[in-house]
Amino acid sequence: MSIKNVEMPNLGESVTEASVTMWLVNPGDKVSRYDPLMEVVSDKVTTEVPSDMDGVVKELLIELDTDVPIGTPVMTIEVEGGASEEESKSEEPKEEPKEEPKEEPITAAPEPAEKPTISAKAEAPKAKGAGAARYSPAVMRLAQEKNIDLTEVEGTGKDGRITRKDIMNYEPAKHVEKEMPVAVEPKEGPTKVSAEGKHVDEPTPSAPASSKPKPSGEPIQAQHRDEVVPATGIRKAIAKKMVQSTTEIPHAWVMVEADVTNIVKLRNQTKETFKTQEGISLSYFPFFVKAVVQALKKNPKMNTSWDNGNIIYHKDINLSIAVTTEDNLFVPVIHNADRYSLAGLAKEINRLASDVRSGHLKSEDMQGGTFTVNNTGTLGSVQSMGIINHPQAAILQVESINKRLVPTEDGGFKTADMINLCLSIDHRILDGMQAGNFLKDVKENLKRFSTDSDLY
Amino acid sequence: MAEMTYLEAINKGIEEEMARDEKVVIFGEDVGGVKGGVFGVTKGLAQKFGDDRCFNTPLTEGEIAGLATGLGLVGYRPIGEFQFADYMLPAVNQILSEAGRMRYRTKGDWTAPVVFRAPYGGGVRGGFYHSQSTEKIFFGQPGLRIVTPSNPRDAKGMIKAAIRSDDPVIFYEHKRLYRLLKADVPEDDYIVPIDKAKVVREGSDITVIGYGMVLQHAMNAAEKLAKEGIEAEVVDVRSIYPLDKETLVEAAKKTGKVLLVTEDNKEGSVMGEIAAIISEEALFDLDAPIQRVAGPDVPAMGYALPLEREFLVNEEKVMDAMRELAEF
Repeated sequence: MSIKNVEMPNLGESVTEASVTMWLVNPGDKVSRYDPLMEVVSDKVTTEVPSDMDGVVKELLIELDTDVPIGTPVMTIEVEGGASEEESKSEEPKEEPKEEPKEEPITAAPEPAEKPTISAKAEAPKAKGAGAARYSPAVMRLAQEKNIDLTEVEGTGKDGRITRKDIMNYEPAKHVEKEMPVAVEPKEGPTKVSAEGKHVDEPTPSAPASSKPKPSGEPIQAQHRDEVVPATGIRKAIAKKMVQSTTEIPHAWVMVEADVTNIVKLRNQTKETFKTQEGISLSYFPFFVKAVVQALKKNPKMNTSWDNGNIIYHKDINLSIAVTTEDNLFVPVIHNADRYSLAGLAKEINRLASDVRSGHLKSEDMQGGTFTVNNTGTLGSVQSMGIINHPQAAILQVESINKRLVPTEDGGFKTADMINLCLSIDHRILDGMQAGNFLKDVKENLKRFSTDSDLY
Repeated sequence: MAEMTYLEAINKGIEEEMARDEKVVIFGEDVGGVKGGVFGVTKGLAQKFGDDRCFNTPLTEGEIAGLATGLGLVGYRPIGEFQFADYMLPAVNQILSEAGRMRYRTKGDWTAPVVFRAPYGGGVRGGFYHSQSTEKIFFGQPGLRIVTPSNPRDAKGMIKAAIRSDDPVIFYEHKRLYRLLKADVPEDDYIVPIDKAKVVREGSDITVIGYGMVLQHAMNAAEKLAKEGIEAEVVDVRSIYPLDKETLVEAAKKTGKVLLVTEDNKEGSVMGEIAAIISEEALFDLDAPIQRVAGPDVPAMGYALPLEREFLVNEEKVMDAMRELAEF
């Protein structure tokens, strides 16, 4: 129900005033559209005024035979539905219903998101006005060029319109953060080996695929019961590195299956002695590292970096190995990995892992990696898609070893220790061909190990 | 440097060119003798260069234009003065069909190195026939050049360049500026290009484009608005035809908000063409509809003071439009 006014109608040019001479309805009367309501008279004419709505006459607002200006409300009618006169007045564009003040989106970002630069005029958060969603060609173009989400920009123009200047001055909420090599100082937080290896006792590399952060820039609204915890500097450095890798490097993936029965035998046969002699456990990981190093020697294109249209061939083979702590991921480097014996690799891997754990990793141990081997098998993973450690050209995921029934040459079956090797390559540098050749060599190298192989 | 008015600067420029080149002659209604023109632009020239080079014509504008064109063809550099721009209408055929097309129709064998000078614009209680802006009549006529200076320094440099031009130039002089503007004008022999617009004020919020008297309003408004934090880029068109598209488009792109100001009627003025050029060349830099401040679409400003005021663009009208555009 709402109340509508009936106004003194315009009775012709030069008529500014008129009066009602007779009411043709009374309050409480039901009227239909076009029913005569009253008789009005000006100095020129006497006219019946019809209703232009259906409703019930509510109130007569003026005295009979009294001149009132044209446009003066003379009667009110109650009509079904719709906004009443008062309400509809308040709907004029100037005072349009205030939206909830726009709140700063709560994001998982630690620093308060930097507000878009706006003129000094706007102190209080403004409701987005009618102009907010109308974009000029300049604003559209700039938003596309700078990849700006216009709904995030606060307009300072008329009715909240986003002006070209708003866009030019806009900076998305950014996290000011120093360039930081991933975990140069692994001292923050508890550093502990996360999962116990299934087939190795080494500290565990992680599956970086799962730690891929969302690209920054789109705030996520925290739900009612969510807890917002600022990420540590290391976590943010990891996040940044991951984003860089996934945005800059076009990844391609290849997986092969390898028979490592011989290695399992060799390791089982030597691990006790090794432990006694060397004081550390012998895991499977050094065998894979060795096989990879040998294959890299043969396939130098795998040991490269993309640099603005140039391919840098690294003469040294510096193998990055992924090591996780409870919270973080580190990628220390075995420098000149081709100069180590199998036992030497085992020792170096052990040293790097315990330095990560104790927080004593030196920055030179973090730098110069040219290829990464990631021991995802410790997580029980059988297949994963590694994110390449920028600026390297490839990463190899060494999955878990599982006993499998495999057919033999003579038509029978045997049990074998099988493993999946998952390779991610930078498709700018490498194609499936090189990846295949490299993996084939790794497989061959793994197969060459026998119970007669020397660890030293 | 010598301080001189806009009018004196034009007089000085003509005098220098007449002294430099004896083929330069000037004539028109009341131009010669001691009167030196209805506003006095040619004062002293007859005394200095003789009645053969600065002389009166009958009250027939078609003849002024025709004589100028003919003299131009036989080696003179004539300047024909129209007492008022409004009076050019009887000379339109001579200017458009003869002078303006001479080079093209003779395959470049002949040219009409003529200057048609004319005071234009309102604000001096001139009524219908002494206040009009007639540039749109000659606008868009390839072969003709239309220029107008908006300050004394340009006035001298541009009249000299116009006289030296091998093709016909219509040289409009805003009669309200004649004695309104006074500025230092170099005394040496310098030329101001007649094919270039000029950014006369730098700003980043809005771009105002105009020429003549309205440019003064725009400049004054810009200074006041600067106190409110609105910085206007102001461009003097100078070359009305052909337009210096490059400068205009660049200035439009700079702020994305363009206000075009003209004393002419809004419809069909030169500003419509400028708006079209900007929308063709700079759409993706535009941040607001291109706006115009201009005279109303009535035949011309009336003689009565309130009518003249109503018609004329003034500082307040320009400033309101500038502010509105800045806030858009």
